[in-house]
This record gives sequence, structure tokens and C-alpha cells, in this order.
Amino acid sequence: MTQQSPALRLEGIVKTFPGVRALDNVSLDVLPGEVHALMGENGAGKSTLMKVLGGIYQPDEGLIYVGDTPVVMSNPLDSKAKGIVFIHQELSLAEELSVAENVYLGELPTLSFGRVDWKTLYEKTDAILSKLKVGFNARTLVGDLSIANQQMVEIARALTVDAKAVIFDEPTASLTDAEKLVLFEVIADLKSQGVGIVYISHRMEEIFKMTDRVSVLRDGQYQGSLLTADTNEEQITQMMIGRKLDLSRAPITHELGDIALEVRNLSCGSSYQNINFQVRSGEVLGFYGLVGAGRTEIAETLFGLRQPSAGTILLDGEQMHINSPSAAIKAGISLVPEDRKTQGLVLGMNCRDNMTLPQVDDMSAGPFVSDGAEVAVFDLYRDRLDIRTPGWRQTVGNLSGGNQQKIVIGKWLSMHPKVLIVDEPTRGIDVGSKSAIHKLIRELAASGYAVIVISSEMPEVLHVSDRIVAMFSGEIIRTFTSEDVTEDNLIQAISGITPK
Amino acid sequence: MANIASKQVLTVLGKQGILIAFVLFMVIFSLANSNFLSLDNLQSVIRSSAILGVMALGVTFVVISGNLDLSVGSMMSFSTIVVLDLHDKLGPNLAIPTMYLMTLGLGGFIGYLVGYLRLNSLIVTLGMLSAIHGLTLTYSGGQNMDIADKSNTWFGFFGRGEIFGLPVPIILFILLAAFLGVLLAKTPFGRKVYAVGGNPTAAAFSGIPRARTVFTCYLISAFCVATAGLIQASRSMGSQNTVGQGLELEVLAAVILGGASLLGGSGTIFKTVIGILILGFIQNGLLLMGWPFYVQFVITWIIIILAVWLDISVKRGKLWVSN
Repeated sequence: MTQQSPALRLEGIVKTFPGVRALDNVSLDVLPGEVHALMGENGAGKSTLMKVLGGIYQPDEGLIYVGDTPVVMSNPLDSKAKGIVFIHQELSLAEELSVAENVYLGELPTLSFGRVDWKTLYEKTDAILSKLKVGFNARTLVGDLSIANQQMVEIARALTVDAKAVIFDEPTASLTDAEKLVLFEVIADLKSQGVGIVYISHRMEEIFKMTDRVSVLRDGQYQGSLLTADTNEEQITQMMIGRKLDLSRAPITHELGDIALEVRNLSCGSSYQNINFQVRSGEVLGFYGLVGAGRTEIAETLFGLRQPSAGTILLDGEQMHINSPSAAIKAGISLVPEDRKTQGLVLGMNCRDNMTLPQVDDMSAGPFVSDGAEVAVFDLYRDRLDIRTPGWRQTVGNLSGGNQQKIVIGKWLSMHPKVLIVDEPTRGIDVGSKSAIHKLIRELAASGYAVIVISSEMPEVLHVSDRIVAMFSGEIIRTFTSEDVTEDNLIQAISGITPK
Repeated sequence: MANIASKQVLTVLGKQGILIAFVLFMVIFSLANSNFLSLDNLQSVIRSSAILGVMALGVTFVVISGNLDLSVGSMMSFSTIVVLDLHDKLGPNLAIPTMYLMTLGLGGFIGYLVGYLRLNSLIVTLGMLSAIHGLTLTYSGGQNMDIADKSNTWFGFFGRGEIFGLPVPIILFILLAAFLGVLLAKTPFGRKVYAVGGNPTAAAFSGIPRARTVFTCYLISAFCVATAGLIQASRSMGSQNTVGQGLELEVLAAVILGGASLLGGSGTIFKTVIGILILGFIQNGLLLMGWPFYVQFVITWIIIILAVWLDISVKRGKLWVSN
């Protein structure tokens, strides 16, 4: 392997922005047929490096080689033409067009007078799709496809050129476990064809399953590369954050309180059926399952965003009718939603106003909003949650993902709920903030909150929960306690392969 | 490094651009014409901007809540015609509140469609622009409306009166601007308007009633339109059916010029007032320099395009994008 010339090589790349050295002398090589993981916390320089490779940024210093040839990429199309192809985390497809049109977007084969050569287009596309073994064809409308299949279209798009290196940026972020397997097969296939693959992900289990080598960036600096087989999670994490991360669970040291929330025979159309569970104050109840298993829908029902078709919700033993978020808030239920950017925050508003939004009616002195009361709430939760911001006037959209998430959590803690529901507490957040939020969830339970955590990440659910509800296809399959849960039986339960 | 400097210039321009432009215009026009900065001229500009200004205050709420109101022009015609007609039938004491109620009814109807039924505000208010025009013509039978005995009524107070030497329209504009400015900037309701316009989903997830907030914004807009109609009717004591025609675009221009984003979530009453004054002074300055009045339409458009361009440039950090 050492004799091969790399598919892609970076040498001494430097990129500076005003006040920041975003990339500081980064060198990296990706061999043909290698899956090379690129890791680092948010802000470590991964995105900048990718933008340099994609021709969006020009490096201040350093060289990029494709094969043995030094190349200069002036824009994304140029970069693709030179054999570097990106599969983005956020899909960039035209939903109203067919698969074939998307795959050859900008490069449609034509006949005379600029007419599209549909026959060739569909044939060429179907040839690529058959390599990917997907269940749709060139004529399917992209908007009708699942997210996973749309990602396959992106990959098909990558295969239209003779790719030397394919870069996957958080490819599994919105995929179910079954869909991931298909993706992994495709990656293995590309690998066997001698393509060099860069794989960016925060998910450790994927790194160990998929990749041959791991390279780590921290604060724009290259920290080194390790053979995946020779390393472990702890070592990589340490390289990423420069210190050790404690992933073990603190034992419960507090007494559980009374039942705070009880749900009986709750059903909502085809989303979920016959749901029963209880949460005590002081307890963290985890909900684990695939995307679409009905977890988020249950949370939205408890928060008044959906109406159940049957069943009852009891808070402190009293039956509640929750028909709107404001009714839920009044009853003492708070929801930290799964997508902080679209559901959790008004990105153009400042930190303080976002945090006090649900209680702005109660923040008033006479007819006016009381500045002092608001700042007091903000300061309290900034300190308690360790939110890093230059001040409350900072626009929330300018904060990092972790700090944004803490603002959303602070917003709901300041409502002093009895039940706090947290949907995907650490999605898209760097490792350091992740462990801070996990610790916070444990502390909240210890201080008497009943907490429900919905997560698609198994280590997270196992780490923070006292009990775990496993859901499959709208039903609760089993509720695990911390004594009887193992990774294996959890996976089986959420895949629908265990008998109840 | 020149890059950084130009970025800083952009940021300053983006934040204070509208004020800088305002000062620049004042300087240019006052150099070009010595009458421009005279007290008489200033007062006449503000007085003639008052009607447009009052309407722009209400539309500011609607725009910040993430919606449009294109019906304010024809709604203003409606208010003017109704209050003139009722003046002679009921007397001013009853005519004015009745006109306000009818106008608020129209605003409430729009607010219901856009807020509670979630219909697109562009379609609803564009349709209402023409529907209300039809309503006004039906009401008046197509006739101009005149107060029969113009000398024997106190109704002229709102358009022609003065208090301590200040014209009443200006006083009404200032009072309404102060009241609505505080309502928007300092009260829980104002905060909700920004939240609903900035991110309706996040607002809903925070327990904020979107429908009621949007509905109230249209009521405020209708209240402002009614006030504008009152000033107009009182000033002229008689009116055509089309008195407010085309004003919706001038109003929107002032709001955008003030820096409110058409996407919702940003803007202030103070900036809208500046936007109104800029429009007013430009039109006045062009007239003083002897240009035909219709040139102002073109100039106004150019200024709006410049303002929008500047706004978007600041957001993306450069003046133009290649490709």
C-alpha cells in the first residue's frame, strides 16, 4: 500500500480568515481504495478544508494533488471535472425533476437544436442506478423518494464522472439503520474500484466499522493519522478535544420521586398506537428507535402540537387535555425540539429574546417587557449552562451549534417544567458540547425533573437514560431497565425482530 | 486586507446606511436649493408625508410579521369616501367611529384569512385591493363624495387644524408613531410579532399564537389606514373614489427603504419613519429643483433597488457574486 501514489494528496494547506487561522499547514493523503475518516470538533477546520477541495476557497499556501498532478480548483464544477466529488450532508437536488435530470443536471445529453436526448439520458442513468442496486429508476421524480434514496441520487451524480476521490460529509445523519447498510455497501463498492474515499462523521461506531485510517483536525491543525485497526474511541476523542472524555455513566445517587407523567393507551392515527409509559420525577426515560418509529410524534402530542385519536395523558395523576403548546407549557411540559434551527430558535433574534420567548407575557412590568427581568433570566441560565456568547445582544444565528442548543435548553428550563422532553439533544453538535449536554441532562434529573430523551444514537441513549423505551413502527416493543439492557437486544427490539 | 476594510464598510452601511443616505440627500438638496432646509419647506414635506406615513406605520407591523398588505391604498379610499358620506348623513361625531369600525372590519377579514386560514397574504391582499375598490365604487355609486356645507363643521380639524402652530396631521403621525413604536419595541405583543415573522415554526413551538398575532397586525394596519383616510377626508372635505390608488406601493417602498425585510422578522417603527421622510424629501427636492413630478416615480424605484441591494450585499458580505 505504501508504494501506491495517493488518489488525493494535500500538502501544507494554509487558509486564513480575518483573525482566524482556519487551516494551519494541513497535510493529508488518501490512497486509492482507502476509506479515510476525517474527524474533528465543529470549528476544527473540516468544513474549510472541504471548501478548499471543492474550489469554493483558494488556499493561501500549499498544494493539492490528484494522483501525481498538482491541481488548482477554481470552482465546484472544476473540482468535479478534476475527479473530486462531494456527497453533501444537506442534499442539493431539484425535487420537481426526475432522477435522470438530477443526475445529469447541467450536463444533459442533447440532440440537434438543443433538444434533450431523453433516450440516452435515461439509459445512462439506469446503467449507473443498476450499479447502486436501488429500487427506483431514472424516470422517478426525486421529490417522491425518501431521504436515503435521494442520497443515492447524489451518489449516482458522483458516479457520472471518473471520480478519483469521493468525499462523504456526514452521510448517515438522516438515514435509518437499514438505509445505512445500503450506503455502506455502496462505499465498499467504490472502494473496491480503487476510489479514494474521505469519510466525515461524528459517529464513532461508523468510523470503526467503515474506515481504514483516521485523521484528526483540531483548531485548524493536523493532529495526525492512525490506522483505524490500531486505535480506539478514547484515543481519537483525546486527539480531537485534547483531553479525556468520560463516557461512563454516573450511578444514580438520588431517590426517584412520584410519577410525573403517565400515558395510557395513547394512539394517533398511523403515527403510533397504544402507547403506555410512566416517567417519575428524577428519572431520565430514553426513547430509542428508527427515524419514523413514532417517537417525535409522541413528543409532539405531549406538547400539544398533535391531537391524539385515543388515550389519556396524566400529569401528577391528573388527566390533562393538551390541545396547544401554550396549554402544554401551562401544564408543565416543555419540549426541546429535534431541529433547533427551524423549530427551536428564531435565528435572527438575540440570545436573550430567544430564551425568554415562551414567557414573554410574564416578563412584563405594566404593559412593557421588563428588560431587567429578562436579562436576569438570561444571565442565570447562561451561567448555569455555561453558554459562550459575547453578550445577550448577540444574534443566535451567529452562535455555534452547541451554544444554540444550550439556549434552547435554557429557554425551556427557565419555564420550570415538571416534564422536560428533549428530542435529539446533541444532533450536529461537537463532542465537547455533547458531553456537557449529557451531564446536564443527568443533573436535571438529579434535581427533580422528569426527563424524556429521544435519540437516534445508541451510545447517547445508553449513557443518559435510567430506562429505555424501544419503539418500532409506531409501537412500544419493550421497556428496558439499566440492568437488563444490552446493545444487542436494544438493536433487535428497534428493528422489529424480537418477539415481545 | 482590503477585503476586511470593505467588509467593515459594508457592515456600517448595512446598519446605518439608511441614516447616511438620509443625511446625504439633505446635504445635496440643501446645497442645490436654498429653500430646501427652510422651516416652511420642512413642515410642508412632513405634512404631505403624514398620510403615507400613518399607513406605513401599520404596514410595518404586517411586514415584520412576515406578511404583505397591498390593500392599504384602496382601503384608504374606502375610509375616505365612507367618512365623507356619513358626515352629512350622521354628523361627524357618529361618522368617524362608524368609519373606523367598518375599516377595522375589512382589516379583521384580511387578518382572519391570512392568520387563521393561513392563506397567502400576497394573494389575499392583492385580491382585496381590487375587491375593496369595487366595494367603494358600489358604496358611492361611482360619484365623487363631497361635504355639502364645508364651512359649518369642525371636521376639517384633522386635516387642516393646528395645535401650537403644528399641523394636526403631523401631530397625529407623531403620536401614532410613538405609540406604535413603543408597542412594537417594548411590549410582549411586539416581541411576538418579531418571533412570528422571524420563524413561525419556532414561534409555534414556543406557544406563541401565530394566527392571533397576524390577525392583530392586520387590525393595526386597518386602524392606521382609517386614520389616514380621516386626515385625507378632513383635509380635502371631498374626494374621488381613487384617492388612495397606488399608495400601497409607496407605503411598501417606505417600509423597505427603512430596512424591514420582506421575509419578516426585522424592521422598526423608527426606521420606517426615516424611510417615509426620505421618500418625502426626495419628492420635494426634485420638485424644488424643477423636475417634473413623475420623475420621482423612477428615482424612488432606483433608491429602493439600491437599498435592497445594499441590504442583501451586507448579508452575503460582498457587493456582487460571480456566476
